[in-house]
Amino acid sequence: MAILEVKHVDFRYGSGPWILKDISFSVEEGERVAILGPSGYGKSSLAKVIAGYLQPQGGEVLWEGKPLPPSGFCPIQLIYQHPEKALNPRWKMKDSLEEAGVPSGEVLTEMGIQEKWYERWPNELSGGELQRFCVARVLKPETRLLICDEMTTMLDAINQAHIWNFVLSYAEKHNMTLLAITHNQYLADQVATRVLRIPELNHIQVDRSEL
Amino acid sequence: MAEAKFQKVETGGMNRRRKVLLIIAAGVLALAVISIWGACMDPAKYAPNYEARRLMPSLSHLFGTDHQGRDMFFRTICGLSTSIQIGLLSAVISSLVALFLGSLSAVFGGRVDTAVGFMVDLCMGVPHLILLMLISIAMGGGAAGVITGVAVTHWPNLTRVIRAEVLQVRSAQYVQIARKLGMSKWHIAAKHIVPHVFPQYLVGLILLFPHAILHEAAITFLGYGLPLDTPAVGVILAESMKHLATGMWWLAFFPGIALLLVTQLFDIVGDYLKILIDPHSARQ
Repeated sequence: MAILEVKHVDFRYGSGPWILKDISFSVEEGERVAILGPSGYGKSSLAKVIAGYLQPQGGEVLWEGKPLPPSGFCPIQLIYQHPEKALNPRWKMKDSLEEAGVPSGEVLTEMGIQEKWYERWPNELSGGELQRFCVARVLKPETRLLICDEMTTMLDAINQAHIWNFVLSYAEKHNMTLLAITHNQYLADQVATRVLRIPELNHIQVDRSEL
Repeated sequence: MAEAKFQKVETGGMNRRRKVLLIIAAGVLALAVISIWGACMDPAKYAPNYEARRLMPSLSHLFGTDHQGRDMFFRTICGLSTSIQIGLLSAVISSLVALFLGSLSAVFGGRVDTAVGFMVDLCMGVPHLILLMLISIAMGGGAAGVITGVAVTHWPNLTRVIRAEVLQVRSAQYVQIARKLGMSKWHIAAKHIVPHVFPQYLVGLILLFPHAILHEAAITFLGYGLPLDTPAVGVILAESMKHLATGMWWLAFFPGIALLLVTQLFDIVGDYLKILIDPHSARQ
């Protein structure tokens, strides 16, 4: 049975042009799916709709056959492209990391998080260092589906490989489902068991090459 | 190596932080001394003394004396004290109104937002000093009139700031993430929203003082504020105008400078406080 079902989702911001039109697909438990597409095709908007940050104007997103719970720890967690926006600039790193409970020691070591970073402010760390905190804070047993929206774009190749390797092995070990959103064909082939191309998913009528 | 560098930067930061703290403390202390000194002053210090009239500034009368032989130094201190107290009271009232209306506007949006926006525009559309005078006269003048007038006309700017801040932090990604991490509304309000808005509120409140004080002095100067027998800077300055032509320049000069310095002190305290609580400069 599919754990996540996206059914005929339509979305636009306010009364602007349609970003997503009639998107449908489903993901099985434990699967690793990549959504591949060039910039401007609504990948990030789709990620936010699935994770419940944005409400679709049409269609629905079902988690285990039901709509997402409105409160409590959400089983679908999203890792953003911009970690500097995902952390409160007035909180020290330790407080952000432990907002929803202390992550396990294994996660902290494998993500390469150093204890001397704990007492620093977000503006004192690099994008890559911040992203490790953002990933570590959601790698929890309650997270059943992890959406990685260009998660490692700001990292160098070695750190990208290291973080992805760990996230993949973590997903394997804890039977966590993965949805990777990327414009990188190579990365999609490496991490996913199934690749969905957003130009084929998104039934939008406008020819985007003219926009 | 990297460790040593970091250490060096940090000790450098402590010094600057200490300097800023010292400036704030000195500013607050100076203001506190003036207001307490003035409030506890024996009125005999600036009582008329007809044997010492129209004296130039000297060691025994630092700011000189006026046509009734009143010591202008003690009168100025007493006047500043009155000004600071009125400024404090009206700035606090104004800022609370701003906090309430700004949050209301941001949280409820829609019609509430429109209504608050209309009130802000209404209040800012009328020339400030005229509005102040009207309210002060309508309230029957005197201290109550001035405080009410200054208090109910200084909230619009801060209301806008607080509305914008609350709106911004509510839609921030880290707040949305906190919701998805299962944090309650109370947790988010107490840990994310209040700490974000409070520093802006505090700085806004402190920067309201100089406005409030100057407006109090201005309407008193024009004769619509405090009664003539209270020692207030506005009264002193208005009186001194009558005696400028006779060459008693010190009557306006020293109290005017003193008023300027006090408002500057508030500005300095506000600005340095901003440096202190902004995370981008907090470690420098």
